[in-house]
Order: sequence, then C-alpha cells, then structure tokens
Amino acid sequence: MTDTVLDVRDLRVEFPTRRGVLTALDGVSLSIRRGEILGVVGESGAGKSMTGMAILGLLEPPGRIAGGEIHLSGDRIDTLSESEMEQVRGRRIGAIFQDPLTSLNPLFRVGDQLIETIRLHTDLTRDQAGQRALGLLREVGIPAPEDRMNSFPHQFSGGMRQRVVIALALCAEPELIVADEPTTALDVSIQAQITALLRQLCTERGTAVMLVTHDMGVIAETADRVAVMYAGRLVETGPVDDVVRRPQHPYTAGLMGSIPGLRSDVEELSMIPGSMPRLDAIPPGCAFNPRCDKAGPRCRREAPRITGEGAACWLAMEGSTA
Amino acid sequence: MTRADAILEVDALERRFDVSAPWLNRLLENKPRRVLRAVDGVDFQIERGKTLALVGESGCGKSTIAKLVTGLHPPSDGAIRFHGDRDRVQMIFQDPYASLNPRWRVGRIIAEPLRTLRPETTDAEAEARVAELLGIVGLSPTDAVKYPHAFSGGQRQRISIARALAGEPEFLVCDEPTSALDVSVQAQVLNLMKRLQREFGLTYLFISHDLSVVRHMADEIAVMYLGRIVEMQPTADLFANPLHPYTRMLLDTIPDLERPNRNRSPMRGEVPSPIAPPPGCSFHPRCPLANDRCRTERPSRTEHVMGGRVACFAAEEGRI
Ligand SMILES: Nc1ncnc2c1ncn2[C@@H]1O[C@H](COP(=O)(O)OP(=O)(O)OP(=O)(O)O)[C@@H](O)[C@H]1O
Ligand code: SF4
Ligand SMILES: [Mg+2]
Repeated sequence: MTDTVLDVRDLRVEFPTRRGVLTALDGVSLSIRRGEILGVVGESGAGKSMTGMAILGLLEPPGRIAGGEIHLSGDRIDTLSESEMEQVRGRRIGAIFQDPLTSLNPLFRVGDQLIETIRLHTDLTRDQAGQRALGLLREVGIPAPEDRMNSFPHQFSGGMRQRVVIALALCAEPELIVADEPTTALDVSIQAQITALLRQLCTERGTAVMLVTHDMGVIAETADRVAVMYAGRLVETGPVDDVVRRPQHPYTAGLMGSIPGLRSDVEELSMIPGSMPRLDAIPPGCAFNPRCDKAGPRCRREAPRITGEGAACWLAMEGSTA
Repeated sequence: MTRADAILEVDALERRFDVSAPWLNRLLENKPRRVLRAVDGVDFQIERGKTLALVGESGCGKSTIAKLVTGLHPPSDGAIRFHGDRDRVQMIFQDPYASLNPRWRVGRIIAEPLRTLRPETTDAEAEARVAELLGIVGLSPTDAVKYPHAFSGGQRQRISIARALAGEPEFLVCDEPTSALDVSVQAQVLNLMKRLQREFGLTYLFISHDLSVVRHMADEIAVMYLGRIVEMQPTADLFANPLHPYTRMLLDTIPDLERPNRNRSPMRGEVPSPIAPPPGCSFHPRCPLANDRCRTERPSRTEHVMGGRVACFAAEEGRI
C-alpha cells in the first residue's frame, strides 16, 4: 500500500504521575490514505486530541509515547528529535485547531504570516511566496484576497480566520493535515463552509486528513472512514456509512442512539448508563464492560483489540462474551 | 391574538445596547453614538406546559431574550406579560461550571431558591427537600455535602436543575442547557428535562443553536436572525415545511446522521454585524430570493402565510 500516508501502529501514550503511571492511549492503530479523510470521534477525555498531538509530536510533558510506531509515508517519525519533528510539522504535516487564534500571530498581517511560513519551508523568493499566499487565500475562499493580505487576524470573523489557518496549514503542501475540532467554535452555517472546504482540498490536492471531532454529524458528512475512541482506546473503525448505520460495538451503538435525530421521532433518547471512567480508574478487560449490557466474563478479564477495521468487542469478534 | 392559556406573552420586545466608543474618544475623533439592537421587535406567546424553542446562530439575540424574560435586563421597549407567579420563574444556564458557587456545598446551593421562596423553612425541612430533589435528578442524597468541583459537567447540570426545581417553578428559561455536554450526557439531561416537564407541568423557554436538540424538545420553534424572529411554527411543521429562506438554508446545512449528504452546498456569506444591519430584510445579502423590495422594505413580523408565521416577502407574495 504505497499510498498510505499515515500509519499508526499500536500507539501507547503514558503520563507518569506521583500516584503512578497513567495510560492515556492504549493500542491505538490507525491509517489514512492519500486523499482520504479519517474521522476520529469520541466524547471528551476519550483520547482523540491526544492521538492527534502524539502524531504531531506535541504531547505535553511529562506525557510520552511509550510504545508503538508512527509512520508518515513510510518514514518513522515518532523517534525523531525535537528539531527534526519541527521540520516535519511545518512541511509534511499541517495542523488546524479549534481556536484559530492559537495558530495566528495577532501582531502580524495575515499576508506576511503566510509569506513567512511559505519562505521558511520552500526556496521561493518573497514575490513568489506572495503570489502563492494570494493563491492560497483565494483557494480557501477569502473574498477579495488582495485586500485581505494586509489585514490583521482580529479584523476577520471566526469563519474567515479558520480559512486563513487552513491556508497557513497548506503553505508547504503537506501530505497530512491534522484538524482538531476545526468547526466546533463556528456557527452551523459557517461549519458547513469549512467542512466543504476540507473535503475539496482533500479531493483536489490528495491531502490525507485526520479530522478529530466530537460531532458525529460532521463526521458522517465529511469523513470517508471513522475511528471511534473510548477511554484512550479504539473501539471501532470502518467506513463511515457502516459505522453510522450498523455500529458493531455496543458503545458506538449507544452513542448513536443518544444523538437526537433531525428526522426520526423518539420520545426518549437511548442512554448509556454511567459515565466514561477516568484514566486512573479504567477497569480491567474491555474498558466499556461496566456500562455494557452485553458484557460477559471474558469482557471483564481480557481486553479486546483491533488493528484494522472492525469493533473491539468480544461479541462482535468472537460471537460470544463467555 | 392572545392565547387564553398563554403563560407568557411578549410583544414588540426590544433591547438596545449602547456600544459607542467612550465619550472623550467620540468627541476627539468625531464618532457618532452606536447602538446595537440585540432584540429588535420580537413577539411570541408560550402556552402553559409547553416548550417554545428559540434557535439561531451566535449573536442573534437568544440569550438577551432569556435575560429579558427572567428580568436580568430591563427591556428598552415592548412588553413582557407573565400570567403566573413571577417568583416561580427559574433559569438554567449553559455553563455548568460558572453557574454554581464553588465555595458552597451542593445542599446549600440547591436550598437557596427554597429559602427565598419560603423563608420560614426549617433546616430539617430544607435538608429533606434537598435530598428529595437530588433523587429526582438522579443524584444521591449524600451528594448534598460535596462541593461542585467533585462533579462532572453532566452532574453539575443536574444540580442546576435541582436548584431550579427547588424554587417550585412554573416556568423555566433554559439557555443552551446541554451545549457544554457530551452527547451521551446530553441525552441523560434532555430525558430528565422531558420527564420533569411531564411530572410537574413545567413550561420551558428552551434556547439552543442545535436544531436536532430543539426538534426533540420543542412544541413550537422560533427561528431568529439578527435580533428578530423570522419564522415561528409548530415543530413538525417547521421541519416538514420551512417557510423562510433562512430556515430552509439552516435545515440544509445541518449535518444529518440519517441522511448524510457530502455534496450539500453550504450557505453563502456570514451573519452581518448587528451594529449596522443591512437595510430592508436583514437576510437579503444572503438570500437567493431577494428582490428590490427586500433590499429597501422591512418584512413585517406578524404575517401569517401558509399556516406559519413568517417575516419574508417571498413567502408573502408566494414566490417561494
Ligand atoms: N451587555 C451587552 N452590551 C452590548 N452588547 C451586547 C450585550 N449583551 C449582548 N450584546 C450583543 O447583542 C447581540 C445578541 O447577543 P446574545 O448574547 O443575545 O446572542 P445569542 O443569540 O445568545 O448568541 P450565542 O448563540 O452566541 O449565545 C450580540 O451582538 C451581542 O454582542
Ligand atoms: S424578505 Fe426577501 S430577502 Fe428577506 S428572506 Fe424573504 S425573499 Fe429573502
Ligand atoms: Mg447565548
């Protein structure tokens, strides 16, 4: 599979604390191909942003990768030094975060920020970089880009700022874009504009996109495949239509049922009893077993795992939880 | 068109904010006063025991209406008539972290509205009532001695609901009560709110930007744009037959789990500044049906067209 851009194998992230080592990510395996959008979905604390940060090499110390491998187009990147990783982040992986202001410098004009970033990662002259910056602003749908090159970030609306951040992420034509809740802070009508833009870039440029979000609706309409996370583990991966329509994992099924629909009428939303465990209280076996109405003895003993597509559930994998 | 069983009637409600630069700057730079019409001529009624939802994008005036109805802001113009006990109005806020006093134990937080309502309540009575309320919202009576920080977002929102119930409300204003919560926790809170409405005959003014949540909760929906209600219809009708172009576009842009559409065309443009709203119909710069009349004349807010209430010339003229 030569067109695999991102390949994460059995990733484990740990946080040493005074009270012992917390396992924040355990056995996470993902891959994304050229021109594909992988949605990573889960509730707060499930580890979706942590996965993105680990790939970007931006884990907050004392967090560290304690196991597994991360490959970018065949090159192993989890073992690179800080400065080598900085190169990779600018050139080969672009990042988009929820708050566009974290990626923009409030003191510099938008055009200058783009030109600087382009020149840092390419051999273009200032004029050429200016042309490319203008082209990028146009590509991400900024109206009258010639005029907006001289504007400061605070002169843009939230949606326009996020477009600028996307342009910034595209400066060096990266192979992969990690987008962490890129639409969460935006209004619905603007959300749709940004997800449409991500899809367009993905198709036209062949960029691989990892779209991290808590919003299943955004995933359903934007992603090609989806990975569902729970308590730092992967519970289910597959083509987005299959996972949305025929979830195999009881957690995914419960999650889908708890979302009010735009069409279907139900008086009561389905509820998953209890709440997601904290990192220091993850039960042995399947992390979901105390909340699962299908749990059997094996679920309390042994953790089910997936490395490719499917559901990490004994019932789905073996047909029995005994 | 007053409804006999209306608990709340709002007529031509306006709230303006002065957002001018400071006086000296205005003088030196010769800048005019600037007024923001956060709520610009809004009418609605809510029937006793029912849920009216306000939906719309950020800044359209939803929270301002909540604050006007609960008396946190005085109106600049118009009338709010409450046919009930003014003391029996309670509010639930979006942020379950900011809305609970971190230095008070949960028991004291929940008992506060009760003590306001019935100052003669003894400690023993208050304690028993708090235990009962904690049970009603699915928490444990032993939680009364804990502080808010010991609870998750969803649990805190249950505490907010218990506090609201302690005031024996008839009417609850809920401003984005589940927007800060995960979907599975949101489901727990929404189910709880529906159950309480049935059991205690509560009336809700339910504010949300999430149309699928609103569809689940509301009997009637008012869609807002730039400080005005542009359309108001019973929930099923609004979804089956949206009349205003803005409502139609909103419904079109909402990601749909049951029928995902990868190729939908996003709504063009952005919400204009409320300080200088476009003349005529304020939606006209984004509207595919706008004509010259829309650019100069302001559509009336009380027009009844095709069974719904909608402020749009295209609907009125049958061009839709
Ligand atoms: N105290 C105030 N002073 C000045 N302007 C205000 C004040 N309160 C609200 N506004 C303005 O009034 C408009 C309506 O605000 P409001 O908070 O009611 O919107 P909203 O619909 O609740 O938005 P959101 O979905 O973001 O909560 C906005 O433009 C806001 O900036
Ligand atoms: S009044 Fe005119 S501009 Fe406004 S929504 Fe209707 S058709 Fe569009
Ligand atoms: Mg608000």
